[in-house]
Amino acid sequence: MGRYVLRRLVQLVPVFLGTTFLIYLLVWAIPGDPFAGKCGDRPCPDAYITRMRAEFHLDDNVVVQYARYLGNLVQGDFGQTFNGTSVGALIAAAYPVTVRLALVALLIEAVIGLAAGVLTGLRSGGYLDNLVLVSTLFLIAIPVFVTGYVLQTVLGLRLGLISPTVSPAAGFGELIVPGFVLGSLSMAYVARLTRTSIAENRRTDYVRTAVAKGLTPRRVVGVHLLRNSAIPVVTFLGVDLGSLMGGAIVTEGIFNIRGVGGLIFRSIQTKEGATVTGVVVLLVVVYLLMNLLVDVLYAVLDPRIRYD
Amino acid sequence: MTIPPPLDAPLLEVAGLHVEFRTRDGVAKVLNGVDYRVEAGETLAVLGESGSGKSVTANTIMGILESPPGVVTAGSVRYRGEELLTATPERRRDLRGENMAMIFQDALSALNPVFTVGFQIAEQLRTRRGMSRRDAGRRAVELLDQVGIPAARQRVRDHPHQFSGGMRQRVMIAMSLALDPDVLIADEPTTALDVTVQAQIMDLLAELKAERHMGLILITHDLGVVAEVADRIAVMYAGRIVEHADVHTLYSNPCHPYTHALLESIPRVDTKGTQLRAITGLPPNLTRIPPGCPFHPRCPMAVDVCREVVPALALLPGGRSSACLFADELVTR
Ligand SMILES: Nc1ncnc2c1ncn2[C@@H]1O[C@H](COP(=O)(O)OP(=O)(O)O)[C@@H](O)[C@H]1O
Ligand code: SF4
Ligand SMILES: [Mg+2]
Repeated sequence: MGRYVLRRLVQLVPVFLGTTFLIYLLVWAIPGDPFAGKCGDRPCPDAYITRMRAEFHLDDNVVVQYARYLGNLVQGDFGQTFNGTSVGALIAAAYPVTVRLALVALLIEAVIGLAAGVLTGLRSGGYLDNLVLVSTLFLIAIPVFVTGYVLQTVLGLRLGLISPTVSPAAGFGELIVPGFVLGSLSMAYVARLTRTSIAENRRTDYVRTAVAKGLTPRRVVGVHLLRNSAIPVVTFLGVDLGSLMGGAIVTEGIFNIRGVGGLIFRSIQTKEGATVTGVVVLLVVVYLLMNLLVDVLYAVLDPRIRYD
Repeated sequence: MTIPPPLDAPLLEVAGLHVEFRTRDGVAKVLNGVDYRVEAGETLAVLGESGSGKSVTANTIMGILESPPGVVTAGSVRYRGEELLTATPERRRDLRGENMAMIFQDALSALNPVFTVGFQIAEQLRTRRGMSRRDAGRRAVELLDQVGIPAARQRVRDHPHQFSGGMRQRVMIAMSLALDPDVLIADEPTTALDVTVQAQIMDLLAELKAERHMGLILITHDLGVVAEVADRIAVMYAGRIVEHADVHTLYSNPCHPYTHALLESIPRVDTKGTQLRAITGLPPNLTRIPPGCPFHPRCPMAVDVCREVVPALALLPGGRSSACLFADELVTR
């Protein structure tokens, strides 16, 4: 396993170089004039443009530019925005918020989704089963922005149970409702995946053996059945965490959360190339690492899987 | 207050057991009055074609019959005189593992793939006996050692898929013995294994039965397998016992045409190389069991009366019994 992880990490290097170069190319070489609209209604003065192009080395060959960027990146320097703010500082402010929101969403998905899936998987066809099937269908069908605005209006504005927007501190408590909104679709998938998995494994021979050993029903289900049925669910949650860590433009927008999704959205609008590149590069790395984590997790959960 | 069981009650006894499976395709009458018993220290072999109800009987004894669709409609299962079919689920659970244990045909699917074998053996000791993790682990090693697994101390940490078929069945046996049951049901324990390994597992079961003075119910569809280890044989057909005798008597003088046909179907040393002769005809459709003797459509001796009268399992001289109307004529003395 250790060697496998090492090999995968080494493989990440060319993938990292390739994707970041592509991003760099897309952000800096293609979008025409980065200074259009930077100076209010009038076009920017030539002197300003010349100075900025020199400062950001925009007239160098793009490969040279990329190599320089990479060199700085390796030293932890994400560069600066056009008005001199450190991109690293922007990320450092936004990313923890995104991570907290992702964790809250993941927790909600896992707890509610697993519980609903286990209960319905054990008794398919019952009242609860139908209730869960219909409500998950509902969640899958409704777009996130609808769930978001409805909950914000009802819980925040009408009932006053929550603040309609999240404060800049974005504590865990404030993120529960946004986390629910963000995780609702995956929660529905988790419930259905768990239900199918439990229903399939319920009749397996090893469950029968566990019963024949005289174990309590609670232990048969909670240890033997659940441990096997959770394998695909945990894998799904791992992949989902990877995408949650990429920020949530819609949910962040609705609740005014200062996460990485909003940051990237705003910097694309204002053509802040350094910020876009920095954030996307970070997200690529996180995504690649999460994928590796999922593969490792899979082998840990299912000892029959061997990578070496 | 419970009535104390009679002192001479058999260790385990099944009487008049009827089980139906109620599915969309109709009601399958899978057990139609099964009678057998086993005493401490003896081996009863239950023999019959696939589908004759051997496993359903065993599952009903253990209380692990899949229900629905399975329903017990009549009969009794008594452990040391105690009726189990009316016992509470808690009582039945207490008996499982502790008093009666079962091993299954395919140990690979019967063992949980994600836990180490040590965990699966120690689990019962920890949850049922309250043993510490460490003591239970040590006991698991001892048990693996007793069933003949080399390097047991290292192998407790392995998962089921890391064992060969024979070794895996030994693990299953070790697990079934963890709580020292006095009845062990082995449901076709060697069917999935090579011939040489089959013999080793049979020897192990015979040895453990003798050592621990257990009652062993050995289910098989292979007459050849049981000859050396069984004391008595009960032959099953369409959910009933059709013949019952000690091994020697049954082999030398089968008293039911079905048993006769089964014996003909095993390849013998002298006819080695010739093809295994299957019994002609098919087992009955259990949703429409023929009237009279259920074996009559396949029976070479069948006469008109066989289509009308259901033969009971009747006692014959010498303590053996047969469910053929003409059993008397088949007995040679
Ligand atoms: N869960 C079930 N649902 C429906 N029918 C079943 C079920 N289990 C067993 N049966 C039926 O009961 C009959 C006897 O099965 P079984 O006891 O497994 O036979 P065997 O003698 O081969 O062990 C078979 O015809 C089988 O189709
Ligand atoms: S009762 Fe008749 S049909 Fe049944 S086994 Fe005997 S001879 Fe054959
Ligand atoms: Mg069977």
